[in-house]
Formats: sequence, structure tokens, C-alpha cells
Amino acid sequence: MFRMKTIEIMVGAFMAMGILALFFLALQVSNLSTTSNGEGYVISARFDNIGSLKVKAAVSMSGVRIGRVSEISFDDGSYEAVVRMTIDKKFSKIPDDTFAKIYTAGLLGEQYIGLEAGGSDTYMADGGAIGMTQSALVLEEIIGQVLFSKASEGAKNAEGAK
Amino acid sequence: MLDQLAELGRIVLRAVAGLGRAHLLMLGLLRGLRDLFPRPLLLVHQLYSVGVLSILIITVSGLFVGMVLGLQGHYVLSKFGATQTLGVMVAASLVRELGPVVTALLFAGRAGSALTAEIGLMKATEQLSGLEMMAVDPVKRVLTPRFLAGFIAMPLLASMFSAIGVVGGYFVGVGLLGVDSGAYWSQMQANIDLHEDVYNGVIKSLVFGFVCTWIALFQGYDCMPTSEGVSRATTRTVVHSALAVLGLDFILTALMFGK
Repeated sequence: MFRMKTIEIMVGAFMAMGILALFFLALQVSNLSTTSNGEGYVISARFDNIGSLKVKAAVSMSGVRIGRVSEISFDDGSYEAVVRMTIDKKFSKIPDDTFAKIYTAGLLGEQYIGLEAGGSDTYMADGGAIGMTQSALVLEEIIGQVLFSKASEGAKNAEGAK
Repeated sequence: MLDQLAELGRIVLRAVAGLGRAHLLMLGLLRGLRDLFPRPLLLVHQLYSVGVLSILIITVSGLFVGMVLGLQGHYVLSKFGATQTLGVMVAASLVRELGPVVTALLFAGRAGSALTAEIGLMKATEQLSGLEMMAVDPVKRVLTPRFLAGFIAMPLLASMFSAIGVVGGYFVGVGLLGVDSGAYWSQMQANIDLHEDVYNGVIKSLVFGFVCTWIALFQGYDCMPTSEGVSRATTRTVVHSALAVLGLDFILTALMFGK
């Protein structure tokens, strides 16, 4: 009978260890502890170009993550990208003249939305829209502009030499 | 000419008949689950031999696989100056692939072969026929508890493998190679998704647990009742389990992450 008892104890320990390992994976390894519990409010912003912004990208203010991008759609009337973002409930004092810009984390990193607070006394409510936005920097466009300005500089120099 | 054709036909027919018997056994196992609930002690015994006795090989392998992933990942990532993402690499490869697959392969070698040999010997020594003589269904009394035990033990063992592997990667990456400890965990948490990665890994190991235990039990139950037959069945268990796990892994991966 004693033997049966030890077997039961060891099986119990085995189940506990397995479930503990699963909890470890859920809490310590995956993003369960960092995602908000879904409570928050939604605001939207329109961009001319969102670059490679993706759903679940961070929305941050002064570098602190306050929400996530929840939906990206395309408005075929104005040819603009409509980005909906869910902001955590506790950050409820975002002025309604806030400026939204798409940044890149590092040179080749993920893109995220940075919000810069305006000076208004009224705050953004659920379903509110950000009026002022700046598009993502597209690397090809910058390179194109640099090449173009260099080329026109060269043409000017050649004219001056004549 | 006709003889060779007949030979080919016989091989195909034998394979189909084997598949049919395997599925009949599976039906019997699933039907037997209902009769298992009043007698949980049968399950506890099998969980001990299938699960508890496999802990050592699973945890030690997990630790070393995690440590090797840490070393190899650091070598590649340092070429791109991205050693902070070592945690993501180690955790993603463990939780998504290596945890379920390597656990299933080890399980087939450690527990599956033992199940086959045990049941094959029971058949060879006519213990199973003896049970039938006493009007006890050997599928319900002997095979079903083992089946359920394998099904339960596999995801738990795979979780242990992955968890220990992540810690092993931490030892090597942070302790030995100087990756920042905060970056290791925070990058991991930011990039590993509970549903996408962890749950899908558990689903994989559930499928593998089902298939590996089923193959082991079928090979034991269906073997030739001689010492040679038992040895052949044990070999087939390991080979078939490994092939089934790797093949199914591709299909499951394509379904889960192939979008």
C-alpha cells in the first residue's frame, strides 16, 4: 500500500510540474503579462502612407507604450490609410489636438506610432480621430530626393564652370 | 509476371488490412475511455510509467537543446549585431517546433517502445487471451489506461522541455556569452504570442501524444506472439512514430503558421 502512495505522489508531482512549465511558458515567455486585458478605447488616424506598419504595432507617447494598433484599413474615397488604435484605459488624458507620426525603431526595425501631445484642454474620447498626422519615411523616397538634389547640384556646377 | 502482380497486391492488401485493424483498435480505445472513469487508479499507474519515468530524459535533453540553441543562435545573431533577440530565437524555436517534436521522438523511444514490448509480451505469454477467457476486455482493461496516459503526459512533457530549454538558453546566452538579461526576457515576451506560439505548440504535442501512443499500442497488440515478433514490433513502433511525428509536424506547421 505504501508503494501505491508513493506512485500517486510522484504522478501528482509530475502533473504539477507539467502545468507549472505551461504557466512559465504563458507568463514568462509569451506576451500574456505585457498585453493589456483588452480594456481601452479606440481612436483613429489617417495617414497618406503607413510604410510597413502592422497590426499589433506599438502606440507610444514619450517613448512609453500606451496602446497597440488594432486595425488598418484603406479608404478608397480619399486614398488614405485609416489606422485604428486601442489605447489603454488608464491613459485617458490625450489632448484632442495630438499629433501622430510613424517612426521606425532603429534603422531596420519595426515601425510604430508615436503620439505627441498638443496643448488642448479637451481630451480624446472613444472613437475620436487624430487630425494631424505625418506619414512614414520611405527609404526609397529619401534616397531618390538625395540623388535628385545631388544631380541638380552637379548640373549647376557644370554650368558655372562654363 | 502474374506472381509478381499477386505479390504486389498482397503487400497492398496487407497494409490496408493493418490500417483497418489500427483504426478498429482506436475506436475500441476511445470507447473504453468511458469505462476508465470509475477506476482512475489504472490511469495513475500508467501515468507513472509513461510520464514520471520520462521526466529525466526530457528535462536533460531540453536543457542541452536550449543551451546549444543559445550558443548557435548567438553565433549567427552576433554577425548581424542582434544578440538581444537571442531570447526570441531560443523561445520561438523551442515552443513552436523543437519542444513538441523532440519530446515526441524521445517519448517514442523511451515510453512507446516500452509500451509495445510490454503488450507484445503479454500477448506472447497469452495473458491477453487469459483476460478474454475471464470475460475482461483487454482493450479496456490494459490498453485504454495506457492510451490516455500517453495522451495526457505528452503535452506536459513538451511544456517541461520548452521551459527548461528556455532556461538553458538563458544560462548560455546571459551567463556565458554576456547577452543582457533584461533584453533576453523582454524581447522574448514582446515577440512570443500566447495563442500563436504557445497554444499551437500544445496542440501539436497533443496530436503527437495521440499518434505515438496509438502506434505503440497497436504494434504491441498486433504483433506476432513470438520473441522475434515482439522485437520487430518494437522497432516498428520507433520507426513509424518518428515518421508520423515528422510528417504530421510539417502538415500542422503548414496549417498553423503557413499563412
